[in-house]
Order: sequence, then structure tokens, then C-alpha cells
Amino acid sequence: MQDLLGLPIDASAHGPEIDHMIAIVHWLMAVLFVGWGSFFLYSVIRFRKARQSKADYAGVKSHMSSYLEVGVALFEIVLIVGFAVPLWAKRVNEFPPEKGALVVRVVAEQFAWNIHYPGADGVFGPTDVKLVSADNPVGLDRSDPDGKDDIVTINQLTLPVGKPVIVRLTSKDVIHSFGIPLLRVKQDAIPGQVIPLWFEPVETTENIKERLTKRYQIKKGEYDPRFTAMVAMMDYVDTENNLIAGKGNLLFPDVIDMLAEAGHNEILAGPDTPMEIACAQLCGLGHYRMRGYVAIKTQEEFEAWLSEEASYLPE
Amino acid sequence: MQQSATTERRHVESVRHEEHAGFWRTYVFSIDHKVIGLQYMMSALVFLFFGFSLMMLMRWQLAYPGKSIPGEVFVLLPAVISAATLVIALISKRKLIGLVGLTFAGLAALVWYLVSDEVLFPDGVMVPELYNSFGAMHGTIMVFLGVVPLAVGGFGNYVVPLQVGAPDMAFPRLNMMSYWAYFIGGVVMLASFFVPGGAANSGWTSYPPLADIATTGQTVWLLGMVFLITSSLLGSINFIVTIVQLRANGLTYMRLPFFVWAQFITAFLLLLAFPPLEAAAVLQLMDRLAGTSFFLPSGLVISGQALEVSGGGSPLLWQHLFWFLAHPEVYVLVLPAMGIIAEVIANNTRKPLWGYKSMVYAVIFLGFMSFIVWAHHMFMTGMGTVISTFFQTTTMIISIPSVIILTALMISLWGGSIRFTVPMLFALAFLPMFGIGGLTGLPLGLAPTDIHLHDTYYVIGHFHYVVAPGSIFALFAGLYYWYPKVTGRLMNDTLGRIHFWGSFFAMNGIFFPMLIQGLAGVSRRLWDGGAEYAHAQDTLYLNEVMSISAWVLAVFQLPFIFNFFWSIRKGKKVESDNPWDATTLEWQTPTPPPHGNFAMVPQVYRGPYEYSDPKSPKDYVPQNVA
Repeated sequence: MQDLLGLPIDASAHGPEIDHMIAIVHWLMAVLFVGWGSFFLYSVIRFRKARQSKADYAGVKSHMSSYLEVGVALFEIVLIVGFAVPLWAKRVNEFPPEKGALVVRVVAEQFAWNIHYPGADGVFGPTDVKLVSADNPVGLDRSDPDGKDDIVTINQLTLPVGKPVIVRLTSKDVIHSFGIPLLRVKQDAIPGQVIPLWFEPVETTENIKERLTKRYQIKKGEYDPRFTAMVAMMDYVDTENNLIAGKGNLLFPDVIDMLAEAGHNEILAGPDTPMEIACAQLCGLGHYRMRGYVAIKTQEEFEAWLSEEASYLPE
Repeated sequence: MQQSATTERRHVESVRHEEHAGFWRTYVFSIDHKVIGLQYMMSALVFLFFGFSLMMLMRWQLAYPGKSIPGEVFVLLPAVISAATLVIALISKRKLIGLVGLTFAGLAALVWYLVSDEVLFPDGVMVPELYNSFGAMHGTIMVFLGVVPLAVGGFGNYVVPLQVGAPDMAFPRLNMMSYWAYFIGGVVMLASFFVPGGAANSGWTSYPPLADIATTGQTVWLLGMVFLITSSLLGSINFIVTIVQLRANGLTYMRLPFFVWAQFITAFLLLLAFPPLEAAAVLQLMDRLAGTSFFLPSGLVISGQALEVSGGGSPLLWQHLFWFLAHPEVYVLVLPAMGIIAEVIANNTRKPLWGYKSMVYAVIFLGFMSFIVWAHHMFMTGMGTVISTFFQTTTMIISIPSVIILTALMISLWGGSIRFTVPMLFALAFLPMFGIGGLTGLPLGLAPTDIHLHDTYYVIGHFHYVVAPGSIFALFAGLYYWYPKVTGRLMNDTLGRIHFWGSFFAMNGIFFPMLIQGLAGVSRRLWDGGAEYAHAQDTLYLNEVMSISAWVLAVFQLPFIFNFFWSIRKGKKVESDNPWDATTLEWQTPTPPPHGNFAMVPQVYRGPYEYSDPKSPKDYVPQNVA
């Protein structure tokens, strides 16, 4: 069922539970629809006027339908008690201890995701609306000792794999929604409120990229619009061995044309940014482009990234 | 319920008075429930077409993001309809059809005005602001100016007094006022397209702070909503009083046609759910105009500038007030539709509705429950386990009465002698289509599964299945079914079948792919249809499928529109007042029913659907036959 539903790749520890529940609910839907549908089709054909010139005043006398309704109700009780409530409680009540987790602030604004890491000291510096500027989107007080080492990125959420992440989510202006389909995470970002959420990534984005890599047929002059979000996953050369598109190069229409001219009729391509933050709540004219990028790295890569970011900090 | 002789006499006098009233009093400022019903119907149908047109333009942008729109093609459709209706008006010498023709000419002009605007469509490409504005207005128009006015104002007004054997609504002048409040609301909404910054662009849900800081169109939207809500409140009181007080002798509650029950419960929903939204609309107006901060928290920074407001308000307050109306509103869209389906199915299976009493109890229970499910629209706003458990539970509970009604309608088919008339085709298609709409509500009503599906195209697919091939199909069934009562002529059968089959396939072509996109995680309300998102890539091709289906759907409405106007004068004449051999009271009046409806006050002796009673020689016994 999960394949049939076409759910995206799932890279979080809790995701499979949600997918499993989606599958169960869709099984129930399918059974009911097929059951009702068969009864419906049979009745419509069997009791057409041409076949049944006189209607039966009483109609169905059995109480099958009552049992059916009780059955549906029981199934719904099982869904709530057995799945919905425990799963939800895990998401909103059973937060992991902050000690063993990575805590990040995410401040949404029209139309960007500001990511705020506490830095080496593990303490977030204070923020103030009055300090907000183009260079300081979250209004961080760099003069405070806690704020000195904080790292702020825009639209780039970098996380280590295999470690719980706690996001403290808020917004500067209007309501946004922090949705990461590949992590089965969604939470509205509401101004005036800080809402925590947590999840644990279990796969690196590099790995996901490999998994999503496929062969695509190409032809000169025919541009598959899907290529706009893809990169080449190996080096491609022309007949004289000049590089046309290296691994990781974006696949613009002219690149595809050049590849086709060089005699390639298929290409190995994968998504440029496999995991994205998709704003899920209408937040204004730029809602469609309010997109953030998630990079899940190994712990070592993540630490290297942190120290690199820290090295750019003003002294 | 006895009507007093004085009411009766007063009514007869008012009828006489009206007969000499002239064009304006008879057709425009009428107090006859049937004329008001028709006014509602015609206005709502035009608004439905307009709301649909906005979506057809948006679907161009979704299928071909950033490509220049062929404006002429989109103007062509209303222009063709306008020309055709004007020709029909000339042939049949009907001023009112001419008025409709001119209205469509106006719509064509409006579409042309929008599309040829260099600011809104630079190089022919719709800007995101306009996309958002069309999205907000599509929702608003379809719900508040289209489906509800057609289902309640139109069918409710026309049919309910006839079905309860009343000479008119209880408060005829209030009824007229209700229509004109609606009309003004509609004009205000249309006018909002011309204010600086265009019409409202914060979604039909108008969530603050976005709506609080939006362009002027939002103010006009709120004003329009105040008129529309007032209209609904006036109408709902009228329905309740009419159904309680003006039922014919012998017409007990358990002999009411299911359609009347549906309208009765709907009226309570409107009456009790709309006031919070009216209050909320006034609060939002204050936020926008008087500098209050009901919905604005402290410390907002808009585009890098601190917002100079007192702050301290709550954005979530609006969502609670809004959904406290808007969830019952869903049932306002659905219950009258189920009522129509019940009438059409009983009539065309030639047997009583199966489980009529359970259906009545279910609809009462449904109405009650609809007031305590609203926060299932808000699972993603940061909800604890206790509250989410409450709303998940009520949401699952409310599915039970819906299942009962749908199952009863389905079982009613068993043992029938089914006539596949055009209204019956629409009614039959309603059952599985509404079924998909209802079933896809399950994963959205459970909080953990909603995490993945919330605010994706899955939601859009879900509620459109409920409202479009659900409610709108029911409304089509009603139009074809009661048309001969209103006009004395039948609509053309072949055109009706073309309309049905075309619409059926096109609707599925639009809405089923939405479910697939939603499962893939594609967000709703994206100007480019998700073109740049990695997770959307594999389902992007569906955008074109949906758009083409939408345009095909439009083309298949042409036979309906032509049929609708042409048949007023040229349709096949009915041979009796009761062309469908129906049992309910509206068929026991002259055709079309005169002002005052019944030649004499009907006496009711039996339940609403006495079809194929083995003791009777004919296969139907009207309610007023002893």
C-alpha cells in the first residue's frame, strides 16, 4: 500500500509509524469504497427499470448495514486508541532530553527560514526585535557573551544524522508552516508563540540523493521540466572528451541539448536538493518560493560544518 | 399545525396586491418565496461560473508556470455564453434572459480587463499577488456566493414552503431583505477586484496577521462578508419559523420530506455558527481600520520593519472563530445536497427511502456534532494530546451519521425499479463521489496522519470531492428535477446526458490527481504548482492533466447553460403538474405554482415517499391523497 500511495522517501525515526498509519487508513478506505462500490454497481444494474418493472415497497429487510456501521465505528476506535493518540503523544509530549539532542531555533519570515544554532557554548544568545536588520535577521545580540558564538543561517538547515533534533519554532511576521515532507514533520510557525517540535533524522541527504538517482531519456529540444531541480550524478563528456556536465552540475536546457548532441540518449540524474523545507501555510506573494534546504550529515561532517561556520564569525 | 384563518386571509390579500404590482414588484423586489428563490438561483449560478473562471485562469499558471496566458481563449467562453443567451432572449422575448446575457457580457469584460492589465499580467503571466487573490476569491465566491446561496437561498426558498404546504415563507419581507443583503455582499465582493492592490489575497480563510496587513481588498472582503452573513442569518430564522409554524395539517415532523429536514438543520447551523464569524470579521476590520490588535501579537517585524501596533493579540483566536463557523459551513454545503439526493433517489427508485427515520436522527446528530469538531482544521497549530484527542474523537464520531445517511441512500437502491433520468444520473454519481470525499477525510481527521497531509493538495482533493462532484452534482440533480415545476417544461434529455457524462469524467480528472500530489507532499496554494520542489517533481505532470480537465469541464457546461435557457420557452411541455409521478406536496400545486402556491390548503395523510405501496393501484400515492 505504501508504494501504491507514492509517499516520498522517509528519513526520520518516527516517519515509518506515520506512513504505516496512513497505509492502514487507506486500506480501510479502499475496503469500504470497493465494498460500497460493488453493492452500488450491482444494485444499479440489477434493479434497473428494464429488469425490475415494479419496485419492492419494503426493500432491504436485513440489518447488515447496522453491523457495518458498528464495524466502521470499532475500526475508528482502534485507529484513535491504538494509533492516533499514542503517536501524537510521542510527537508533542515525549520530547527527548535536551542534553543528548541538537536544539535549533527556526524563525520564519516572509519568505525565508532563519536557522539559529546556539554555537559552541550550547546557549542561545538573547534576541530583540530592535536589533533585526538585513544582516541580523533574528535580531541576535552579538554583544552578549551567549550570543557571540551563535550561528545563524538563512534557508539552510544542517543537521547530524542519528541524533534527536529539537526545533523551537516561531515567526517574525505572519503564520508560516514548517513542513519537511521527507521527515514527516509539519508545524505552523506562529508569531508571538514559540512552539517546540522534534524528530530524528536517520539517513544522510547524500544517501537519499543516491537512492533517488535514476536514468532519464533525453532528446535534443525536448526538456523534461523535472530537470530544473536535478543535477547530473556522474561526469558526462563529449566525443572529444571535453566535460559537458560534471557530477553535481545543474541540468539546464542547453546542457541537455549539448548532451544529446554529443550522443548521450540517457542521463543519470538525481535531485539537486533532495530534502527541502516547504512552507505549507499561505504567507503572502512569495509563499511558493519559501523554500529551505535540509542537509543531513554524518556527525563528523556536521561538526566540521559547525566549526567552518564558526570560523566566519566576527571576533 | 393549523394555520389560522387570518393568516390565510392576509395572505390572499397580499397575493392580490402583488398581482397588480408590475414588473419591479413582481420580478425584482418580490416577496414571493419562489421569485426570491429564482433570484438566488440565477445569481448563484452566475457566481459559480465566475468563481470557476478564476480557477480556470489559475490552472493555466499551474499547468504552464510563467508562460503567457492566451487571454482571448478565456474571454471566449463567457462571451459565447453571453451571445447565446442574448440570442435566446431575443427569440423567446424574455427580458430576464437578456439580463443574464448582459451579465455574462460583463463577466467577459471583467476577465478581459484583468487579463489585459500589464501590472497583473506582465507579458501575459499572472503575478503571484493575483494568483493569491484569485485563490482567495475562488474559495469565497464558490462557498459564500455560489453553493450555499444556490442550495439554501435557491432550492431552500423555492422548495421548502411548497413541500411543507405553506403559502409562502413565514416572513416574506425578511426573505426579500435576505436576498438583497446577499446581492449587496456579492456586488461588494466583485467591486473588490477594482480597489488598489486588487481583491483579498489572504485565502478564503483570511488568517491574520497576513490578512491584517494585507492590501485594501481585504477590508472590502470583510465588509462583503458582513453583508453575506447578515443575509444568511435573516434567511435561517425564516426557514426555522416556516418549518415549525407553517406545515400543512397532518404534516408531522416524521412526514417531512428529507429535503425539508436537511434545510431545517442547515438553518440552525447557519443561525448558530455565523455570529462568531460576524464578530470575528468586525474584529479584523477594527484591526485593519482602527489600529486595534485583536489578532496581532507584540513584536511583529514585517519586511524588516517593526510593526507599530499595540500588540498583545492572538492570531489563533481568529482561527478558532473562523473554523467555529467554517466547519458547520461544510455541512451547510452538504446537507441540502443530501436532501436533494434523497428526493431524487426516492422518486427514481419508485420506493420509499430506506431507513428514513435513522436518516432524520442522523442528520440531527450530525448538526449537533458539527459544532464540536472545528479544531481538526488546526492540528498543526501546536496542539497538546488532550485537545487533539477530543477533536479526533468528535471527528470520528461525526463520520458515523454521515455513513448512516450515505448507506441508507445506497440501500434505498436495492429492490427499486430504477429510472435513469438525468437528475437520477447526477444523484447516483453523487453517492460514490461524495464517498471519496468522505473517506479521504479520515486521514485528515486523525492528527498523526494529518502531519504529512495537512495543507497539501490532498486537502484540496478531499473537500472538492465533497463539494464539487458531491454538492454541485446534487445541485445539478435538483435543477433538472425541479425545472419542470418552475417552468412547466422539461430540459432536453440528450443535452442533459452529455452534460452529466462530460462533467463526471472531467471532475475526476481534476480532483483525483490532487490526492496523488498530496500524498507526495506537494503544498497547496503555490503559484507555480510546486515546480521547484524536489519532492514534487514526479507528480508535476499531473498539473497539466488537472488543468485540461478543468477546461474540458467548462466546455461540458455549455450544453447545460444552453439547455437551461432554451428550454424555458422551447422545452418539451409537461403533460401534468406532476411529470415525475412524485409524492411530495410541491408537485400537487399548479405549474408553475402561483403566488400563494396552493389552490386550497393541503391536508397531509401519509409519509413523504409512498412509492409502490402494494395496496395502491398506482406506483405512487401523494402525501395529500386520503
